[in-house]
Amino acid sequence: MKTTALDRNAARPLKNYTSFGQSVRNSLSMAYRGLLKIRRTPEQLFDVTLQPILFTLMFTYIFGGAISGNVHNYLPVIIPGILVQTVITTSIVTGVQLREDMDKGVFDRFKSLPIARIAPLAGALLADTIRYAIATVLTFAMGYIMGYQPDGGLGSVAVAGLLVIVCSWAISWIFAFFGVIARTASSVQGISMIVLFPLTFLSNAFVPVKTMPDWLQWFVNINPISHLVTAVRDLANSGTIGRDLTLSLVGAAVAVAVFAPLTVRAYMRRA
Amino acid sequence: MSHKPGNTFPHLDGWAVEARGLKKAFGDNRAVDGVDLNVRAGTIYGVLGPNGAGKTTTIRMLATLLRPDAGTARIFGYDVVKEPQIVRQLIGVTGQYASVDESLSATENLVIFSRLLGLGRSEAKRKAAELLEEFGLTEAAKRPLKNFSGGMRRRLDLAASLIAQPPLIFLDEPTTGLDPRTRAQMWATIRRLVETGSTVLLTTQYLDEADQLADRIAVIDRGRVVAEGTVNELKASIGNSSLQLRVQDPQDIQRTRQIVERVLQVRSSVSAEAGKVTAPMADADRVTDLLVALRNEGIRLAEISVQKPTLDEVFLTITGHGVEENQSSKTETTELMEEATV
Repeated sequence: MKTTALDRNAARPLKNYTSFGQSVRNSLSMAYRGLLKIRRTPEQLFDVTLQPILFTLMFTYIFGGAISGNVHNYLPVIIPGILVQTVITTSIVTGVQLREDMDKGVFDRFKSLPIARIAPLAGALLADTIRYAIATVLTFAMGYIMGYQPDGGLGSVAVAGLLVIVCSWAISWIFAFFGVIARTASSVQGISMIVLFPLTFLSNAFVPVKTMPDWLQWFVNINPISHLVTAVRDLANSGTIGRDLTLSLVGAAVAVAVFAPLTVRAYMRRA
Repeated sequence: MSHKPGNTFPHLDGWAVEARGLKKAFGDNRAVDGVDLNVRAGTIYGVLGPNGAGKTTTIRMLATLLRPDAGTARIFGYDVVKEPQIVRQLIGVTGQYASVDESLSATENLVIFSRLLGLGRSEAKRKAAELLEEFGLTEAAKRPLKNFSGGMRRRLDLAASLIAQPPLIFLDEPTTGLDPRTRAQMWATIRRLVETGSTVLLTTQYLDEADQLADRIAVIDRGRVVAEGTVNELKASIGNSSLQLRVQDPQDIQRTRQIVERVLQVRSSVSAEAGKVTAPMADADRVTDLLVALRNEGIRLAEISVQKPTLDEVFLTITGHGVEENQSSKTETTELMEEATV
């Protein structure tokens, strides 16, 4: 009546490890699950749709005159800043949802399946890039409506968007780690905001660094968020690739290299 | 389902589960405190015990979901700690709380699990449709699980465990909270599984469920196996039914108990507020002697009834304490365990 698992297992000897190929396939299947979930519960997308619209409007009209003389001159400064801030804030949700998801019975099944251990995490994180993409597109669209004309051209803007998505994905591993070790979803939200709020505001995202006191400039200049914002500005406003882009990508790689193993280990230990 | 086990796995004719001295503590709570289990391939094995006895923790360790603090466990000869990924290829787990995705539909759930197990896109869809048909869920296939009844959820959960047709299936309280009709359906499904060559290890709080399904039963209490044997062996040790006596004057209750224990030669339990004495009834003939003895002592009865054994009586007989009161000392339990093990 059915092709039996036993026959298939007999043909394919039992092994105690998962190949890289299988890990990738499992992660993609889990990402597919994430996308299905988003489709089933579209209200999950409120934050990534409303926040870019709201923040872009608010910050531009509040700070525009004070910082750049008028709103139009402020757009090339604020749009990359808002973009980075919004998309990275969105990545907190990854940790929060992971915590909620892990409390449900279905994660037990994932753990009892002969799949790559990293797949449920990697899949969830991968599916969330769709959220970053939505936030990115909406922020640029809002800027465009308000009169932002990026001089770098569409291609560079797309690369800038991609850069932000990649970096946010890398940073989401940090929040995924919080998500795995925290006891409740709301505490994940709390911890993540405390980490992220100073990082995004103590940067060059909204105001020129020169206006800050020296000690603060020191921090702002080493803040990885500042490098990412500068890289996006370079790309979108002049189409150039500078040292900041390299630094951002290196930072992203380091975040993944440190937090992916930590997260997976914590996830495995937490039964 | 028509697979014929026996030659595909080297160990398929031997033990499906061999656990030795499994232990797991959560803080001060020794949830599982040295459990031994042997389950022969191709049988249904029941693990019987009240809430908090350690049933779920035991299953979670056997299913590689939880790492034992001590002891070893092998599934078809493969160590759950050292070769977990092999073990996972041999087992299916259906948890006490439906381990399926609430926000997705039944089909989507099964397709995702199938994909994860390495089935192709169309193969996964076919498999999902096939299982939904088999479990009578075809009509509800597209609806999100939020609207599923408890029974439908369990069936879907079980269906998900069978995608890879694993030779060993763990069912953690498969019928808790189900209505009698759905329970009977679940039983039929479990029996069918074993007919096709699978091994089933199930936990339950209900003696009649273990009685209906299991070839062998382990009674577990406070993280230890307190009795093990075939259904008949256990029944013989428990006594088939229990006798309940309610006295008219609650003052007589202790005296009644003494007489019951003397005449029937068994342990009894007393529920003082209800004025009730309960004792296992191994030999119905002795009840005549008991009633005569009670009349001679001048104890007047308000009610007398005979009940089929419940888990309470099993526990009373085997452990010497009821399900609720978990106070008596460890040594007493061990001593009784030796008495009760057949």
